[in-house]
Order: sequence, then C-alpha cells, then structure tokens
Amino acid sequence: MNSIAHRIGSANRLDGAASAAGFARPSPPLPVWAGGVVAALVWLAAAGLTHWLPDDDDLGRTDLLALAAAAIGVVILAAVVAVGRRPARRESRIGQLRAAGPWLVALALGLVAWELVTAKYAVLPRPFFVAPQSILEVFTDDWARLGESVLRSLLLVVPGYLLGAAIGFLTGVAMGWSRFVGYWVHPVIRLIGPLPATAWLPVAFFAFSSSRGASTFLIALASFFPVAVLTWSGVSAVGKSYYDVARTMGASPWFLVRKVAVPAAMPSVFVGLFMGLGASFSVLVVAEMMGVRAGLGWYMQWAQGWASYGNMYAALLVLAALCSGAVTLLFRLRDRLLSWQKGLVRW
Amino acid sequence: MVSGKRGFRLEVRGVRHAFELRGQDLPVLEDVDFVAEPGEFVALLGPSGCGKSTLLRLVAGLEPSSEGSILVDGQPITGTDPSRIIMFQDPTLYPWRTVRANAAVGPEARGTLKRDAARIDAALALVGLADFAAAYPHELSGGMAQRASLARALVNDPHLLMLDEPLGKLDSLTRLAMQRELSALWQRAGFTALLVTHDVEEALLLADRVLVLSDRPARILADLRVETPRPRRRDDPRLVALRSEVLGLLGLAEAA
Repeated sequence: MNSIAHRIGSANRLDGAASAAGFARPSPPLPVWAGGVVAALVWLAAAGLTHWLPDDDDLGRTDLLALAAAAIGVVILAAVVAVGRRPARRESRIGQLRAAGPWLVALALGLVAWELVTAKYAVLPRPFFVAPQSILEVFTDDWARLGESVLRSLLLVVPGYLLGAAIGFLTGVAMGWSRFVGYWVHPVIRLIGPLPATAWLPVAFFAFSSSRGASTFLIALASFFPVAVLTWSGVSAVGKSYYDVARTMGASPWFLVRKVAVPAAMPSVFVGLFMGLGASFSVLVVAEMMGVRAGLGWYMQWAQGWASYGNMYAALLVLAALCSGAVTLLFRLRDRLLSWQKGLVRW
Repeated sequence: MVSGKRGFRLEVRGVRHAFELRGQDLPVLEDVDFVAEPGEFVALLGPSGCGKSTLLRLVAGLEPSSEGSILVDGQPITGTDPSRIIMFQDPTLYPWRTVRANAAVGPEARGTLKRDAARIDAALALVGLADFAAAYPHELSGGMAQRASLARALVNDPHLLMLDEPLGKLDSLTRLAMQRELSALWQRAGFTALLVTHDVEEALLLADRVLVLSDRPARILADLRVETPRPRRRDDPRLVALRSEVLGLLGLAEAA
C-alpha cells in the first residue's frame, strides 16, 4: 500500500508540477500615472473654457456643465495621487484605471469640440444639434418624466425578455434532446424564426386586448428565437462520449439532460441570451413608439414631436446606458457560471 | 475504499456485431468467444480499427450485440450497470465540473452522493489527485486527467473494469508510471479487468491472458497465457519471446 502511494505520488509530482499555478513575480513600482495627469488637466481646461468663453445664445446650465467638468478633473487628479506609484497588474482595478487614461483625455477633448461647435460658435444648425449643457438641462429639469420612462421600459422589457428566454431555453433543450420535438418544432422555428418580431406588430395589437400584453408578447418572441436556436445547437453538439460516461455509471435520462446536456450547452445558450437581449430592446423601442404610450421609446418620439431634440438625445443616452448595463449584467452572470471555460470574451 | 470483492466472471459467447454503413452491413466482430475468470486481467490485442472497442461497448451494455450473448456471473446483461465501468481513451471529464465533482458523477447519478463522500475522496487520494480536487479539467496535464478518469471509475467499485486504450494518448514516461499503477491497483482491488490495446508490450506487462484479435472483422487468433510473476520487467526474456510470438500472429514477424 505504502509503496503504491509513494509511486503514485512521485508520478503525480512529475506531471503535476509544471501545470501548477504560475510563478509569483514581484512587480516593480510603476511611474506616476501620466495619462491621469494629462486627463485631469484637459478636463479642467474644458471647465474653464466652458465657463469663460461666452455662449452664442442664451443657454441654461452652462455653469453646471463647467462645474461638472471641473469636478471630473479634480476626481481624476485625486485618483492620480491615490494610485501613486503602487505596482498593479493589468487586470486589477488600478491597472484598468491606468489603461483608461487615453479615453479620459479623448472624452474631455470631445466635450471641448462639441461645446465649441454648438454652444460657443453655433457652427452646427441649432434645433437638430444640441449643446452639451442642454442635455444636462434635460437631466436636471425633466428627470422625473425621464425616470418614469425608464421604469416603464424596464417593466416591459424585463418580463418579456425573461419569459421569451425561458421558453426559448426549454424549447431548445427539448428540440436537442427529443427527436419527436425536433421533428415537429424545427420546421416551425425555421419558418417563423428569421421573421423580425416587429413584423408581428399589427397581429399582436389585434390579438391582445392590451398594448402591454402585445408588447410583452413581441419582446418575448424576439428573445425566444435566438435562445431556442442556440440552446438547441448547443445541446445537439454535446459529444456522445459525455453521455456514455454517465450512462455506464447508472445515470437516468433526466440526469443526462440536467447534468450533462444543459451544462455542456451553456456557452452556446449565453450567445443566444446575448443576441436575444439586443433583439428585445429593439422591439421594445418600436412597440413603445407604436402602441404603448409610455417608456423611453415613447419619450423619444414625444420629444421629437415637440422638436425638443435635447430631450431626445438624453433619452437616447439613457437607453444606451440601459442596454449596455443589461449586457454587462449578462456577461457577469456568464463569467460566474462559466468560470470553467478558458478564454472568455470580456465585455 | 476498494473492497477486495470478487470480480465478475465474464462470458462472451459467439458474439457477432455489424455496423450499418451507408445501407451496407459492415461486420466488425465475428464469432468472438471467450471467458474471463473472476479477478482475471485479460488484454484484447489487435490492430487499430479491428473492433476491440466495439466489444467493450457491448460488454458495458452501451449497445446490444447483433448476435450471441454476454453473461456476467451467469446472467445475460441487459444494459449498462455501474458494476461494469469503462475507462475511455479520452478522459472525457466534464469541463464544467471540478476534479472532485467529476469523480462524483457516478454516486450523484445514483443519488448516493452523501453516502459515498468518503469513497470519492479516497479514490482521488488513491490516484494522487487529492490536492487537485478543486481544479478544473483544463488545469490538468494529460496524465492527471486520465488519473481523474480512473478515480471516477473506481468510485463505483466496479466488479469489471474495462480499459479502452486508456494510456494511448499519454507521453511515454507518464504511460510507464500509469502502467505500474494500474497493475498494482488491480492486484489489490480484485476486480476483473478487460484491457483493449494495440500496444503489445502493454498487454504483456499487465495481463494474465492476451487475446490476439485479427483485422476486421475481429476473430480471436490466439489465447496466450502470461505466467511471468509481477512486478514484471519489459526486458524479461519470457515476455520478449511472447512478444515475438504475438507480432508473428499479427503478421509483423519481421518487426520483432
């Protein structure tokens, strides 16, 4: 017994040592975050320019914008001091902050350029191109209505998306697992799937008594299709040997589905969830513009009707933040669930 | 953890098997007939693609044979059973499970996870992977992955362990080490072992009997008994003589 254990142990060391965790290397102190210094200076310059250069027209919130830019500059400056010369690896928080330097500079320069061609010299035609302080004004003055629109949009898109994703996932698993389900469902999905969900708009508003029900149905349909197809393809791609292993050990079909097919298909399922998210948001905006009298889509259309383009851009910004936030959330979830996978795409 | 229980007596009686390939029957096994006594280590040796692995799949119950019968302790087999475990050429570990969770697949599938917790840890310790229980398969070397696969098989306390070229893809040093480990393990555990290989030395080093199979469709060309006591050395003159004999049977006499 002893000698066996010894032999196994030594053999293990032989092929185990190399693949053990990477070597720890002491990292040298880094130079002061120069990118941060430059960014802070450019932000402070943008603040000064906004404040002291007179506006071409009577615009509100110019001083608030200057104040905000100055605040950003000060915060970056504080970060430069806080980061100091501490060593940091690329993936760490500090490492990521250091890498963001060029972007912080570019954003400030972008703000300066935008401010110059709109507020200061009115190079761009006025009603369609809006000064940054005008968008800021929307956030300070119309935040209640904007906030309510966000809430309404979320209350519509979240249940719809989740419903569609859940049904799509179950359909995909059933199609990949059962020949019978595959036989009957596959042609239907093939025919109906590629149709843009918005094409159902007239039918949906006719078939559902409430516009809320119709919109939920359309959003669910938009997320259903990619999730179903990619779950199905993920389950179909599971190697036969994965099933053989579990079968020889007495696994039931239910175990094979839950513990082999589904986990193996998860990377593909997440691609479907990601694609479904984009589709759901696009249907959301269309549905809100067409039938639902609330939400960000409606806000944008309403603002456009009054030619208040500042409000429209503000809503667009909020929508972008919302979509990007949802994708980030999804990718976080994936990173957590699929930590066993190597080489994940970062978001 | 290995109970030292008696291995199965395996009877393979007149087994024929054919695959269907583009509407044509492709015979892979032709009248294969042999008995493995309880606790015996039998090697099936033959050229690659001759149908050896198919025979293992039939014995495991993963596929029914076209003709003939397979009996385990006198009972015809009806399907898969955790007492008959295959270790495949590829480790086929689930990449989303840690090493320990992979080893626990059998008990988990049968709902005995709690009862078998100690047995799982013991199996990992036995193959030298106790320190890697929380590692994921992609963090393992080829040899370690195959050890994890062995632990997963042993957890089920098989009475018949089928090894489908389990060392085929390992580098030669790891291979030598694992051959000794397998041999030692089998001597202690007392299960019946059925090894499929195309490596003549490996068969002679590990097995009590070597069944030499022909090219497809596979028939048994010879049933050679290896009497050399263990631990065996590959340069043992009796093994060298047997090796020439086997190579002769396979039509490779000049290679000896």
